[in-house]
Amino acid sequence: MAISLAQASSMDLSQDYNFTGTVTGMGTAGAMTLIKTLTASSSSSLSFVNGSNDVVLDSTYKAYKFVFKNVHPATDGVNFQFNGSTDTGSNYNVTKTTTYFDSIHREDDAGGSIQYQSANDLAQSTSYQNLARSTDNDNDSNISGELWLYNPSSSTYVKHFMNRLNHTFNSTPQHTMDTFVAGYFNTTSAINAIDFKMSSGNIDDGTISLYGIS
Amino acid sequence: MALTTFNPRSFDLSDTYAFTGTVSGTNVGGGSLVKISEQTASASSSISFTSGIDSTYRTYYFKFINMHPSNDGVLFQMNGSTDGGSNYNTTKTTTCFQAFHNEADTQAVLQYATGGDLAQSTAYQLISTEIGNDNDQSTSGELWLFNPSSTTYVKHFMSRFQCYYFNDNSTDIYIAGYLNTTSSVNAIDFKFSGGNIDEGTITMYGIA
Repeated sequence: MAISLAQASSMDLSQDYNFTGTVTGMGTAGAMTLIKTLTASSSSSLSFVNGSNDVVLDSTYKAYKFVFKNVHPATDGVNFQFNGSTDTGSNYNVTKTTTYFDSIHREDDAGGSIQYQSANDLAQSTSYQNLARSTDNDNDSNISGELWLYNPSSSTYVKHFMNRLNHTFNSTPQHTMDTFVAGYFNTTSAINAIDFKMSSGNIDDGTISLYGIS
Repeated sequence: MALTTFNPRSFDLSDTYAFTGTVSGTNVGGGSLVKISEQTASASSSISFTSGIDSTYRTYYFKFINMHPSNDGVLFQMNGSTDGGSNYNTTKTTTCFQAFHNEADTQAVLQYATGGDLAQSTAYQLISTEIGNDNDQSTSGELWLFNPSSTTYVKHFMSRFQCYYFNDNSTDIYIAGYLNTTSSVNAIDFKFSGGNIDEGTITMYGIA
């Protein structure tokens, strides 16, 4: 007898179904798309370059979000930094003006404060921007948080970004440090690559994921 | 031999499949950030979201990309409505702090901005500050609105914007507060304190 009704139990659900027609009833599409995750392993830097290694960093999305998980420095007391490129990673040297402040609290319950950190901001500088300062490299210490980059492919506007990271400050006793950095790449050229590194030494461990927001 | 299991070759994959049961293992429905609507300014006096803010989601998230004013040095502002957008005048109490740093490197400040907060006011709340209208200047950022349809609680919101200030500094501004009403908030309006929104995109998402 011909089969007239295929039920779920009749389907090999472990296989890939690459539907190209219209498939409905599966919920609304999510607006946040994972583009690429890079995992550090004694890496001198982690770079997201548009068009390379499956990375998309162009006009496909108006906003991009980087998520940092357990980024661990090889060297004690170094800064976690980033820069942008307008030539797909040949040079990371885009002019930036930025703000930098952080909130800090010691493990012994002393020293709770919030302060602007003028030594860590940039004024029309092409240097790498610190995203977290004086990070700790104890085995359990790490840097986690997020960074937003807006409309990097615009040829009209400067490129705004803002981040918030939490990490263990390199001190005794240790501190938790909540860092807020924001600013703009002062260029009307498209930003098509972003590089993350430590101010010295390698990124021992950790992941950085890039998402596109549609 | 009887056919017991279908595999992909058994299907016309170009056909329309309207599943009504639970379909898992696909990333089509897997996202928790759901785009509801998007509006693009074009010399617009304001951008209002008057539909889609209801009890469907407990949290709403707005993303602002390159909001560009027609006038120099104006504030970007918001207000809520409990009557579907007929009136934007909900009472608010808010906080405002900011960090700014100028391109000349002569000012670098973190401060509470008393001029930017509200206390039981129905006025529009600034969410980004004195944006320049040079061709490359704009503001971008985000705003969270929590449980706007509640009839029990006031409606908390918080925002963060990065701004290219009119006198060439970078400003990182934080606003938070509550719409002090137990009526449902069902519309939100965004505008500049003077002139039009020349350009820019606002997208509203629900958090599933």
